[in-house]
Amino acid sequence: MSVNRFLLCLCLLAPSPALAQGFAGLGTEADGFAVPVPDVPLTFPMDHGPHPDFRIEWWYLTANLEDELGQSYGIQWTLFRSALAPGEAEGWQSPQIWMGHAGLTSATEHFSAERLARGGIGQAGVTLAPFQAWIDDWQMSGQEDLSQLTLTAKGDAFSYSLEAQAEGPLVLQGAQGYSVKSPEGQASYYYSQPNYRIAGRLTLPSGPVTVSGDGWLDREWSSQPLSENQSGWDWFSLRFDSGEKLMGFVLRGANGAKDFRSGTWISATGEVTPLPPGAFQAVPLAQAEVAGRKIPVRWELRLPEKDVFLIVEALNPQSWMDVTFAYWEGPVAVSGSHRGTGYLEMTGYE
Amino acid sequence: MTGVALRALLSHWRQHRFQLAALIVGLALATALWVAVQAINAEAKASYAKAEGFVQEFDRKSLVSTDKPLTVADYVALKREGWPLSPVLEGRLKIENQWIDLVGFDFLTFPPVPTISAPGAQAPDGAFLISLLRPPGGLILNPQTAADLAISKQGLAIHLSDAVPLGSGIADISLVSRLLGKPDSLTRLIYLGPDPPETKTLGQLPDHIRFSSANSAAIEPSALTESFHLNLTAFGFLSFVVGLFIVQGTIGLAMEQRRGLFRTLRCLGLPFRNLVLALVVEISIIALISGLIGLIIGYFLAAALLPGVAVTLSGLYGAEIENTLSLRLAWVLSGLAMTLLGASIASSYGFVSLWHLPILQAPSTRARGQQVLRNFNGWALLGAGLLGLGVLSLLFLGGLSGGFVFLGCIMLGTALLLPYFLWHILRAGQSATRHPLGHWLWADARAQLPGLSLALMALMLALATNIGVGTMVSSFRLTFSDWLDQRLASELYVTARDDAQGEAIQQWLEEKGLRVLPIRSRVLQQPSGQITIYGVRDDPTYRDNWPMIDVLPDAWDLLAQGQGILISEQLARRQNINLDETLSLPEGWPHRVLGIYSDYGNPHGQAIVSMPQLLRNAPQAENQRFGVRLDPDHIPVLTNALREAFDLTNENVTDQGQVKEASKQVFDQTFRVTDSLKLLTLGVASFAIFTSLATLWSQRLPQLGPVWAMGVSRQALAQIDVLRSLLMAGLTALLALPLGLVLSWALLVVINTEAFGWRLPIHLFPLDWLWLVSLSLLAALLAAILPAWRLFRLHPSALLKVFSSER
Repeated sequence: MSVNRFLLCLCLLAPSPALAQGFAGLGTEADGFAVPVPDVPLTFPMDHGPHPDFRIEWWYLTANLEDELGQSYGIQWTLFRSALAPGEAEGWQSPQIWMGHAGLTSATEHFSAERLARGGIGQAGVTLAPFQAWIDDWQMSGQEDLSQLTLTAKGDAFSYSLEAQAEGPLVLQGAQGYSVKSPEGQASYYYSQPNYRIAGRLTLPSGPVTVSGDGWLDREWSSQPLSENQSGWDWFSLRFDSGEKLMGFVLRGANGAKDFRSGTWISATGEVTPLPPGAFQAVPLAQAEVAGRKIPVRWELRLPEKDVFLIVEALNPQSWMDVTFAYWEGPVAVSGSHRGTGYLEMTGYE
Repeated sequence: MTGVALRALLSHWRQHRFQLAALIVGLALATALWVAVQAINAEAKASYAKAEGFVQEFDRKSLVSTDKPLTVADYVALKREGWPLSPVLEGRLKIENQWIDLVGFDFLTFPPVPTISAPGAQAPDGAFLISLLRPPGGLILNPQTAADLAISKQGLAIHLSDAVPLGSGIADISLVSRLLGKPDSLTRLIYLGPDPPETKTLGQLPDHIRFSSANSAAIEPSALTESFHLNLTAFGFLSFVVGLFIVQGTIGLAMEQRRGLFRTLRCLGLPFRNLVLALVVEISIIALISGLIGLIIGYFLAAALLPGVAVTLSGLYGAEIENTLSLRLAWVLSGLAMTLLGASIASSYGFVSLWHLPILQAPSTRARGQQVLRNFNGWALLGAGLLGLGVLSLLFLGGLSGGFVFLGCIMLGTALLLPYFLWHILRAGQSATRHPLGHWLWADARAQLPGLSLALMALMLALATNIGVGTMVSSFRLTFSDWLDQRLASELYVTARDDAQGEAIQQWLEEKGLRVLPIRSRVLQQPSGQITIYGVRDDPTYRDNWPMIDVLPDAWDLLAQGQGILISEQLARRQNINLDETLSLPEGWPHRVLGIYSDYGNPHGQAIVSMPQLLRNAPQAENQRFGVRLDPDHIPVLTNALREAFDLTNENVTDQGQVKEASKQVFDQTFRVTDSLKLLTLGVASFAIFTSLATLWSQRLPQLGPVWAMGVSRQALAQIDVLRSLLMAGLTALLALPLGLVLSWALLVVINTEAFGWRLPIHLFPLDWLWLVSLSLLAALLAAILPAWRLFRLHPSALLKVFSSER
């Protein structure tokens, strides 16, 4: 799960100047929005589409790619939906606001771009049959069951156009898609498709590059996901050469509160095991100076019950998403008990 | 020593309090008028700067639709091709009887709006932004607009920002589209990408959408209003100069009267330099005091005039300025500087004469016939030179500045010629008179001419300005009134709430057998500016009444056949198009210019096509306003029937008379400032004559003494004094008349055409001139009465003293 996405949306929609106090108070009030409740089964393909009665939602795809020379790249394609009020309305009166983020990272370069759009007029949105998520000229479209997707995005200095093919089933995070985010019970609906094979073309200032690799799609929606006593988060989605996968996150406690850690283990055969609270451990090993602040770009991860001991290292420590509400997000290489690649997202580092 | 000298010098004013008052009043008046004009100009310029800053901020390179309305669908289609755009929806909304120009931005995609910050906040604030996006939304207004409107009851949050121009409101596009009832329309799309746009990667624009250069959409108030402010400045300067004439006269008198004192001080050993120093200190003190008084008067004068100026500017040029005055350092300093400068100029003659003062020689009656004539000849030569320069500037410099240089040269040149002419007229009068007393009267008038000439020049300038500006305003008013009669030919004007009601009203009226003239239009954004194109039905109302300036013989038939277009004079002048030439318009609109009509008071271009043409090119044109032709006797009945049938308010149904009345009221208010300035200038000029006569009074006793001794009674002398004053003023007024006419010609034909884009016919108003001449005679009479009264009451011993004392 990618908690920073909550921050982005909530900051954008904050009813009070909230940035100064972290995101205190934002998660507790739902203001007439629907609230996730346990034991409500997700239904597909309907839940691939938007849920305008919930405050926030996203379609979030990251991919680790390699070119023909073996050079590593990472891309991010994200569409956020944020509602000023529950529900939908015609034209400019729509309370829905859309935000797109695109990132492209190589070992030496990192690019980011942002799009903002109003709902209701057709400038951005998500529709089913066929599946289509778009904002301006960025697009993620394909089969209604998300088994196949075409991705495009561009910024001032980069663009990409990729095809994604799912090679496995959807993964429901938490308890059948009900993902708890704090000891106080904040939660979201959360599922993923971690099994994309991806191929296509990146365009960098130095020219086009043909790439292929693996992708991971996250879908999440909620209305009051965060606790007052959380200052930021570190989120990992890792894919091992063994075929196993790990999603883990740390919601860093503030004001003396403890960190909240959770995650999901996915076996090579696709069995999903939610990790019990505290099972997943993450310790920063080295920091880098990024955009005027210190950010951990080398981590030690442990999952003792699975005999997992990992060193996670950023492909490019400067993977800074320089957008309206900036954060760190980039591809990582995994070594230790398992080898592999993945994506790391970190927010709340001042 | 200098201190003692200064005290001695200042003691003069204790004995001559009236003189001191005249000096202070003269300087203060001059300063006040100057300061008032400067203050008004400064205020207006600050408003323009704000408005232009606002315009520049928002009026970036934009995409507009040329011949059909821009829609939200157009915007979305371009966005989905990757065009970096942000939509803008503009429109006028009537709230509580006041129109407000609404500008709706998509604050999400165009947030760099300086005005979008919470009250007191420095930077745009996310939470504030969200409150604007979230229903019910918020409207950002200039505090003054908000005070005028009091619209809080609409349920909107009102935010105040000085950065928003008067009469405008800024809000999120969702609110503006809701308020205007335009969910699908847009006005323009702000282009946010690199310039020039990379059409290679962005793709081609659809045919009907193209770039409009940054500031073509908005009119430039500064260029238009410049002439108005130049006019005001000229008025201010004129008044200032007239005020200086007063001061010059008074200082001259004070110098003259203190000759004895100067001599005594010099004989006591005061060095000449110290004497001059003491006098400079004295003048500076007086000038500073007068300047401060002038500043205060000027401030209040400006505050009183400013609302009128605001009305003028918004009425004539569509430029909004704030009507509250703030104290600005610029005009405070310029006012004080002008007072000091003016005082030093006015006293320079006094100092020069002081320089030549022979210490021991008694002042004698100045017999300065030939000397004075030589002076007048010199002035006349200079004046003639200025006249020539003025004509040259009109011929070769041209334009607005050429017009103003011409005006300045003509006025100053004629003023300089005045004493020369008067001198010769008086001499001719003298030679034509046989009666000895009459002969003396002419000669005496001539002898007084040097002392009075400056005041008379002031009077002439004031009179000429009055005639010129008066002729302009009255011509304008008459033309405007005729034009209103022509333009407002329909007896009744109806405004519907929306298109559907408009259609129903039209049907209802037509069923009653009335001729309905729909008023429908479409605004085109052209590279050269905005053009509003109206569609008209083929109706005799237009054929018979429309105020054409230049027209093809079969223009209305051709128009009805869709073969051409009628354009307003402003549009014709701006684009330099003549009859039967081609107006550049998007495809589909007719191009051939069939006629040019007058359209006073409209800063934008306007044109007329046939109604089918309009509807073919702009099918969406609003159908909400109608003119109705009917028997004037039936107006009340129909008005009531309409109001009842369609639940319309009084404002929705207005008869011709009301519209005309309202238009004329706006017009009259527009020129109230000019009226006030005219009267003030005349008042200052009268005061100048008065102080001049008062100055001359003490110098005249040596000349009156012998006449009195020869048997002319004091009463007769006083009468002659008044008569002479009237004679001089009358002659001056007569000479001012041609100057005034030239002035009005320049104002109407040169300045007006350049500044406003339309030319006005000159109408002459001889009764006004008569009134002005009488007014100047009255001024001269009033100015002469006090000195004459003093003469009448003068003790014979004072006249006898002329023969015994040194004077």
